[in-house]
Amino acid sequence: MSKLTHKEPTAEQIAEEKLYREIGLTDEEYKSVVNILGRQPNWTETGLYSVMWSEHCSYKNSRPVLRRFPTTGPRVLQGPGEGAGIVDIGDNQAVVFKIESHNHPSAIEPYQGAATGVGGIIRDVFSMGARPVALLNSLRFGELTTPRVKYLFENVVAGIAGYGNCIGIPTVGGEVNFDPTYEGNPLVNAMCVGLIDHDKIQKGVASGIGNPVIYVGASTGRDGIHGATFASEELNEESEKKRPAVQVGDPFMEKLLLEACLELIDTGIVVGIQDMGAAGLTCSSAEMASKAGNGIEMNLDLVPQREAGMSAYEMMLSESQERMLVVVEKGKEAEAIALFDKWGLASAVVGKVTDDGLLRLLHHGEVVAEVPVKTLADDAPVYHRPSRVPAYYEANAKVDPVAAISEPKDLNETLKALLAQPTVASKAWVYEQYDHIVRAGTAVKPGSDAAVVMVRGTRKALAMSTDCNGRYVYLDPQVGGAIAVAEAARNVVCSGAEPLAVTDCLNFGSPEKPEVFWQFEKAVDGMSEACLALNSPVIGGNVSFYNERSGDAIYPTPTIGMVGLITDVDHITTQHFKAEGDVVILLGETFAELGGSEYQKYATGAISGRPPQLDLKKEAAVQKLVLDAIRNGLVKSAHDLSEGGLGVALAEACFGENIGATVSLSSDLRADVLLFSESQSRILISVATEKADEVLALAGEMGVPAQAIGQTGGEQLVVNINGVEAVHAPLTALKAAWKDAIPCLIG
Amino acid sequence: MYKAVVYVTLRQSVLDPQGHAVKGALHSLGFDEVKDVRIGRYLEVELDTSDLSKAEERVSEMCEKLLANTVIEDYRFEIVEG
Amino acid sequence: MRVAVIVFPGSNADVDLYNAVEDVMGVPVDYVWHAENDLSRYDVILLPGGFSYGDYLRCGAVARFSPVMEQVIKAAEQGKLVMGICNGFQILTEAGLLPGALLRNRSLKFRCKLSALRVENNDTAFTRDYAAGEVIQIPIAHGEGNYYCDEETLEKLKANNQIVFRYHGENPNGSLEDIAGICNEKGNVLGMMPHPERAVHEWMSSADGRRMFTSILQTWRERNSVQAHS
Repeated sequence: MSKLTHKEPTAEQIAEEKLYREIGLTDEEYKSVVNILGRQPNWTETGLYSVMWSEHCSYKNSRPVLRRFPTTGPRVLQGPGEGAGIVDIGDNQAVVFKIESHNHPSAIEPYQGAATGVGGIIRDVFSMGARPVALLNSLRFGELTTPRVKYLFENVVAGIAGYGNCIGIPTVGGEVNFDPTYEGNPLVNAMCVGLIDHDKIQKGVASGIGNPVIYVGASTGRDGIHGATFASEELNEESEKKRPAVQVGDPFMEKLLLEACLELIDTGIVVGIQDMGAAGLTCSSAEMASKAGNGIEMNLDLVPQREAGMSAYEMMLSESQERMLVVVEKGKEAEAIALFDKWGLASAVVGKVTDDGLLRLLHHGEVVAEVPVKTLADDAPVYHRPSRVPAYYEANAKVDPVAAISEPKDLNETLKALLAQPTVASKAWVYEQYDHIVRAGTAVKPGSDAAVVMVRGTRKALAMSTDCNGRYVYLDPQVGGAIAVAEAARNVVCSGAEPLAVTDCLNFGSPEKPEVFWQFEKAVDGMSEACLALNSPVIGGNVSFYNERSGDAIYPTPTIGMVGLITDVDHITTQHFKAEGDVVILLGETFAELGGSEYQKYATGAISGRPPQLDLKKEAAVQKLVLDAIRNGLVKSAHDLSEGGLGVALAEACFGENIGATVSLSSDLRADVLLFSESQSRILISVATEKADEVLALAGEMGVPAQAIGQTGGEQLVVNINGVEAVHAPLTALKAAWKDAIPCLIG
Repeated sequence: MYKAVVYVTLRQSVLDPQGHAVKGALHSLGFDEVKDVRIGRYLEVELDTSDLSKAEERVSEMCEKLLANTVIEDYRFEIVEG
Repeated sequence: MRVAVIVFPGSNADVDLYNAVEDVMGVPVDYVWHAENDLSRYDVILLPGGFSYGDYLRCGAVARFSPVMEQVIKAAEQGKLVMGICNGFQILTEAGLLPGALLRNRSLKFRCKLSALRVENNDTAFTRDYAAGEVIQIPIAHGEGNYYCDEETLEKLKANNQIVFRYHGENPNGSLEDIAGICNEKGNVLGMMPHPERAVHEWMSSADGRRMFTSILQTWRERNSVQAHS
């Protein structure tokens, strides 16, 4: 439909031939549009409603469930609803962050899909007035065995690197997991963290009748038309044909846009500013006007265009990258445009704020669309989707994961094999392609529990992490959702930070399937419980439904992005053992919990049963203990136990500084279960010998189970269980398995 | 109106890892006859001029000054009717 | 003493350099926009890392034509200290202030990691606080750091002791003879791919880069006291 020769259908044709269906509107939705307007919409207007009422823009399937999230707190300055959420960190400073998905574009064109995902999330953060200081991501792919998955993996990583490295924001952390469920539908979630002074906070509002509306950035082309609608459908053979022209990212343009916008905000003339992301000019103009209770009139002839002969429909629905919409005080437009000129950016006054509540578009001297903005932005239908417990969930109640695995003879080999599982293995191959130190503020680089970025000029630092174990969420969405939050918080705490808040990226299958909707609801419930228990409200995020390929949904994967505050840089802690002769202490309890574990996946090739259980009281207690101990200078290293359990955590703690350890455990559990169970609320710390008693006493006071299990030192990892040597392996061998796994698979 | 079609490639003496990688990929796909691959840049430069010899002179200058780095790259160009 | 950190539109390690000068040298430092055409008030000129103009054609190819570059060339001719790091090094080679060129990494991948460097020449204005042959830890972060020059140039570099740093152990980009940084014949212009400005505090995983900045400060002090006496 974007061909030049194609003539747009008339309003009658749209109705009679039900052409609205092709662009994602249902019959009922189309009828409501006709009711709202009191007439049949023309093609441009139909397009406006189709993108604004897509799940991607309107959350029509998810909104009632999302209301269950706790979104407020004493530190929250901006909750969900703006480009990004904002949390106070004291001294008139605040941290701004958000995570967003770019799954479907990345499945089709991995390099550009991932790159533009990074570009979009950066714009969300600087459109709030913040200086972006860090990027993170969360990636999911199929098993690294097929050429297609390798291609996706390599190019997604290259795309993230290409964009982030060029614009000069360090990519400091993230996670990469591999599982067959993501084979046809990889997940690419990008997160950006920024810093701002309170008085610089911007909103995306078009207030002040008569104020000029300025377009700035890349010119508009036909790329990405209907990207938002595309993101709201499942992938199949058809989607290949339907796919919009791939959007190409230009990080240099975005760098100019970033600097120019921050400079413009400093002048104090900005009334409102918003990124043109999904649904481009439509969404930014409608949302800005709607939030202010105003209208906007735009003359599309004035929009900078990259291609000749673009229609109003095409311009409004284009998702060309690196564009912003800015409303400035009347009379200040020349100042704004001069500033953009200095940065070499194209800009133009394309319209003005009106008092009639309408989005009115002019093109070639005619009014080509006139609709109430409120109905675009706020009146999308809301669907309360039916939900049903899936059969697999019931069936899993009877599965005993431990019984299904026979105890291996050589645990050295099992440990080595687990360390070489791509999900567990070193991600250096990935993060060495990201400039993770540009801006010279990175204090903890990728490869520890959380990344840490300094807040220059203060004693403060920010810890950040992305987390989700989709296997747990699949096996039990409520528990899995809670674990995702708990683990993200645990990572941040292990780095010496107090968790501040959460941004989430809810990757699920089709909400029209009751089983998927059940997963969605339960996961949100679980996340909400954990957010409340751990004082970490949700300040924003994004929902990505329809992550399916040929009818199969991915594991439900609600990725958590967590930011924590380190109040004094002396508290910065990493997972690595620091010196020989320190005491190794295990906090928390280990149960026979192998459901959804890396060990189960490795030993049986599949996952089943119930995931580890989570007691939020215990979780909060162990986190408080570790943070208190760190702040009291008692802790040398702290590492959260996750995939691969105690065995993997011990090995990882040894790898950083190549310091071995000898530990002795006693337990009723089978040796392999004790080593590889993924029981929650456990943290491995190392402390100086003379501090060990103090830490154990503190644990006792706070009711956290704690045992001194051994000492650091040597070049081996030795684990004795009930007096029998279960693991005795040179670090070099373990580390080689862990380090070489991904490079070997890529070849 | 003329159009200059400019090709920039790494000098023969300079290792071309991209070309090398593509050669390997072609071999693995069974194109055994591939002896070597060199990767370069291709540029189309539209010129608002009607003087052919002037155009050649100017494009040559563009190449020397900006489009190629003659420390590591060779260039050649053709001028065609635009 | 006053230091300029040149800012091209796509510079992104300008803040890194600025902070390092502030933290280690403690002297006045300014960001200088690329359109500037007077650098006379500056004693030391630093060209930061980044992607000066997006680097879509070749790294540094467009930046060398910035107005400020004429002034950088002039400053170099006057004997002022000029240091280019990463993209800054690429720009200095494009501008002809340093010989050779930087090609894409042999691996075709961007690499960001701590890298071991051997100080090959500690008799320069930039490296006098290091010991000869000392191995230091400085991070790299580049996709095109594979140094190349023809044989004749290489012989000259060796004869004049212009190779200042070599990678020690792993060569991360395939550069000729493991070259990581070079200076001009006069010794007042230095270019290097690794980032000493990102290794100036213990929390950065290495503080080995500090001594580049203390060397510069020391050199300037000596030169100035000599000038004052004469």
